[in-house]
Amino acid sequence: MKRAIITVVGKDTVGIIARVCTYLAENKVNILDISQTIVQDYFNMMMIVDIGNMAGQYGDMVDDLEKLGQEIGVSVKCQKEEIFDQMHRI
Amino acid sequence: MINIYEVAETNEMIEKENLDVRTITMGISLLDCIDADLKRLNEKIYQKIYESARDLVRTGEQISREYGIPIVNKRISVTPIALVGAAACRTPQDFVGIANTLDKVAHEVGVNFIGGYSALVSKGMTPAEEMLIRSIPQALADTERVCSSVNVGSTRTGINMDAVKLMGEVIRQTAEYTRQQDSLGCAKLVVFCNAPDDNPFMAGAFHGVTEADRIINVGVSGPGVVKTALEKVRGENFEVLCETIKKTAFKVTRVGQLVAREASQRLGVPFGIVDLSLAPTPAIGDSVADILCEMGLEYAGAPGTTAALALLNDQVKKGGVMASSYVGGLSGAFIPVSEDQGMIDAVAAGALTLEKLEAMTCVCSVGLDMIAIPGDTRAATISGIIADEMAIGMVNQKTTAVRIIPVIGKGVGETVEFGGLLGYAPIMSVNDFSCDGFVNRGGRIPAPIHSFKN
Repeated sequence: MKRAIITVVGKDTVGIIARVCTYLAENKVNILDISQTIVQDYFNMMMIVDIGNMAGQYGDMVDDLEKLGQEIGVSVKCQKEEIFDQMHRI
Repeated sequence: MINIYEVAETNEMIEKENLDVRTITMGISLLDCIDADLKRLNEKIYQKIYESARDLVRTGEQISREYGIPIVNKRISVTPIALVGAAACRTPQDFVGIANTLDKVAHEVGVNFIGGYSALVSKGMTPAEEMLIRSIPQALADTERVCSSVNVGSTRTGINMDAVKLMGEVIRQTAEYTRQQDSLGCAKLVVFCNAPDDNPFMAGAFHGVTEADRIINVGVSGPGVVKTALEKVRGENFEVLCETIKKTAFKVTRVGQLVAREASQRLGVPFGIVDLSLAPTPAIGDSVADILCEMGLEYAGAPGTTAALALLNDQVKKGGVMASSYVGGLSGAFIPVSEDQGMIDAVAAGALTLEKLEAMTCVCSVGLDMIAIPGDTRAATISGIIADEMAIGMVNQKTTAVRIIPVIGKGVGETVEFGGLLGYAPIMSVNDFSCDGFVNRGGRIPAPIHSFKN
């Protein structure tokens, strides 16, 4: 399974998760896990998603999500899972 | 499964602590381009490099985007040109022609540096190698992206003092030829002892003859990450200090390993090594000197600096070795002056001198790096500085290098600005008592004994 990690960091506002999830649904990206915390009013969310069956190119999704983040005023990053696995698992 | 804190830690390193992959360097052998006809040789070199590396920059950017990790430089290293051009070049000017070809293809494929305008003369010089060395000032003045290196000594062969003497003159001449740009040419010229064949870092990268046809080497970095990790263990004992550096180095190196593997796979070029180096940049917070200060020194250069650096260097290797399947290159902490804000501050404060830097090079990778010295420093003095540094490498069985810039028209107290990753530097004073009699003797310093070590 090919997985990616989406992180959203920024000021908490209404509809952040909704916007991201809508985009993912439209692009056939399945969400496997979501966790979130709020640290000092800052919204911090992480999603693990399955990009195995996604429509379109992975690189475009990275750009689209970044743009979407700019529209809502938060930072949205999408990175392949391996970078975290490599760093934090022996 | 990965949790939110681990993800946050990684992204914090990237966004706030300047974690990056410093370079993906493709090594390309030019041995199969050798031709007695100079024009054909240049054509073959251009073709081989262009075809091998045309996707390098695009692939680097793709990987960077997919994993969200900056990959700062994409570069090329080639077989030492003194070997490649030996059959075709009759004059130093012929070699300059090859430098221009390298520069042209570097622009074409979009890499910011191409290394390998080099000669390996640790024991003796062939006529071609001497010609290449004599062509360096012109080659570096004529080109923008070509980097040059000369290996003048090794633990097994000793030091070629004829080459050391010549390099003093070549460095001065290079400074003169590029005086309009604050002698920038010298920033692209390295003199080595025990030069590694697989170093991905410029300006000293070349593709050794022991290497495969093409290879991907990756250099990681992350002084800011180490510094931030050490802030959390302020005042703790050495055991805790060492553990923290090791763990951090492990994490940083794993990213390099991942990028190296990906790049190798996508380009269809075998993976060579990951170079475990702490390479600073002039950016604030991306400094090796700041790590030394975090360990408890007022400035880099204060008493204790050599010990602190020895510890840092060793722990980086211990942490990094386990994180990568193949480690090579220079692997250690770099201590360039102009490329490290903390080092610049230390020089400006009077805490760091050339002699202390020399001592520091005994325990870390590379050597006297990016040091600006007065423009009126004589060639023999530069040769003397080179000889000292080569001796450290030869005796300690390690790589050492000299990349110093006599800034024509400037003296101690003035500052020189190289721009970009090369940074800026205050000009340091040089001990100018004469060493002419020693340098002018000619011949070689024999290889050191490998037993009776004390």
